[in-house]
Amino acid sequence: MIRKRELTLWERMYVPEIIRGVALTSRHFVRNLTFHALHLVGLAKHVSAAVTYQYPEQPRPLAPRLRTRHRLTKREDGWPRCVGCMMCETVCPARCITIVAGEHPDPNVEKYPVRFDIDLGVCIYCGYCVEVCPEDAIRMDTQILDIAAYSRAEMKLDMHELLNPTLRKPVAACLLPFPHKCGLKDPAAVGPEQPMHGPIFIGGDVTKAAGMEDQAQRARQQPMPANGVRPLGV
Amino acid sequence: MLETLLIKLALAGVVFFGVLNLAGLHTWIERKQSAVMQDRIGANRASIFGIRFFGLLHPLADVLKLFTKEDFIPPGGNKVLHTLAPFLSAFFALVVFAAIPIGDTLTVGGRVIDLQVASIDIGLLYILAMLSMGVYGVVLAGYASNNNYAFLGGMRAASQMLSYEIAMGISLIGLIMWYGTLDLQAMVRAQGQYLWGWLPLWGIVVQPVAFFVFLAAALAETKRIPFDMPEGESEIVGYFVEYSGMKFGLFFMTDFIETVLVACLTATFFFGGWQVPYLFPDGVHVPWGGVFPLAPLAVTLAGLASFTLKVLFFCWLFMTVRWTLPRFRYDQLMSLGWKYLFPISVGNVVVTGLALRLLS
Repeated sequence: MIRKRELTLWERMYVPEIIRGVALTSRHFVRNLTFHALHLVGLAKHVSAAVTYQYPEQPRPLAPRLRTRHRLTKREDGWPRCVGCMMCETVCPARCITIVAGEHPDPNVEKYPVRFDIDLGVCIYCGYCVEVCPEDAIRMDTQILDIAAYSRAEMKLDMHELLNPTLRKPVAACLLPFPHKCGLKDPAAVGPEQPMHGPIFIGGDVTKAAGMEDQAQRARQQPMPANGVRPLGV
Repeated sequence: MLETLLIKLALAGVVFFGVLNLAGLHTWIERKQSAVMQDRIGANRASIFGIRFFGLLHPLADVLKLFTKEDFIPPGGNKVLHTLAPFLSAFFALVVFAAIPIGDTLTVGGRVIDLQVASIDIGLLYILAMLSMGVYGVVLAGYASNNNYAFLGGMRAASQMLSYEIAMGISLIGLIMWYGTLDLQAMVRAQGQYLWGWLPLWGIVVQPVAFFVFLAAALAETKRIPFDMPEGESEIVGYFVEYSGMKFGLFFMTDFIETVLVACLTATFFFGGWQVPYLFPDGVHVPWGGVFPLAPLAVTLAGLASFTLKVLFFCWLFMTVRWTLPRFRYDQLMSLGWKYLFPISVGNVVVTGLALRLLS
């Protein structure tokens, strides 16, 4: 229950409280205006005069744990780390993942996805696929938020975009080094793949920057714990 | 005769140029000042050839948009009154500026020009009358729109403006008693006196209570937050709900013109108008001795600059108040007007009368 506080006589006189409020907002005004003016002449750039971000030019820093657009992690040879166990497809509450598994040539690896599609128009960004993956093969750390598209078809990601987050539809050419169900043309005829728009993540390869490959490598080399459960996200 | 007419026309042109530009700039001031007060940047996306001019192009974009929008007159509405209302509103706000002295006399070629569009002996009464007439635009807008919400908004506006006009008028009576004149130019001249040789006898010094009453009542007259019950465009639909395009723009401009007007009136009544402290027609007289002579033209220009600065300061203050205070509830508004401001202003008149009797 909200108990109403009795106003003191000073507060009920109204004018002093108004002056206090105006003084508060004026303080912000003078401070911010001073720094805006200083910024104009190139001074005090490290002090911000506003708490807002000028979005398209100045993206807001994102938390590392934020769930953003998906990506598939790779092995050293460029094949996907995914083993086609269908865990993510099964757990997905929105049923936006479609996997078709194929036989991997290496007998030590069970399978690999011949097809791996995510329909972002259906995805609810719950992150269950990342949680459930036993191979650390799918991640949601690309920091790509602007996934808007003009058609439903453009919202459907396949392995080309998932393995290389810098790609946007339309993907110019297929450069995946393993056999898969590919809707794209022969790479030799089209030329090298060109990113349509870069992701917000600046500074080259997302995979390398996130230290992703190394982490997965380490997780793999660690001996299996006694209880048989490998800690997630290591 | 013709010369006088031309001079008056030129003066009116100067005043209107200043007032209308300042009112137009108020859309920019409103956006930018509120943004700076709230730690934001404010509208800055409109650009010509990639140059943004600190968002100064947004008012231009607004005007372009308003002029190209459909001019809608609701079916069943009174077409003539619906069209007339915004013009009445803006007209009565603009004509008030005729009585406001913007500076001391200017001597050009032996001819002494009073820097006031119309030297009206009863300037103060004229101002109050024109301010009251401003209600017509608002009431007609609500009445002619054939819309119950607009009608109620018009009624709210009428009762609010009438209530606060009383407090405003009575608060000014103290000033009239003290300076003994209704002529604004004479009133400003009278504010050039000094108490004990150093304290300028501005309206705020002799009538501090009247200042606060006048400020509150005048803010209510501008129909802006915290007194924006007539409009309340975001929640309670106001009297101009059935207006679109530039007719709506006129109502919007009227608000800003009235803000400038109230700033002018406050500066004129309570802050010495064009008076600069210690500046006399022959130069600066420092209270502790010493005279720095100045040319008459420089003195006049200093007066003009002083008046402009005071008006700009009050525009800033009103904008700050508008972006600081929440809206009153309607019963609080009425109770403030009738139960507090009205008795206070009447008491102020009584006290002023007693003081004058004792001092004389």
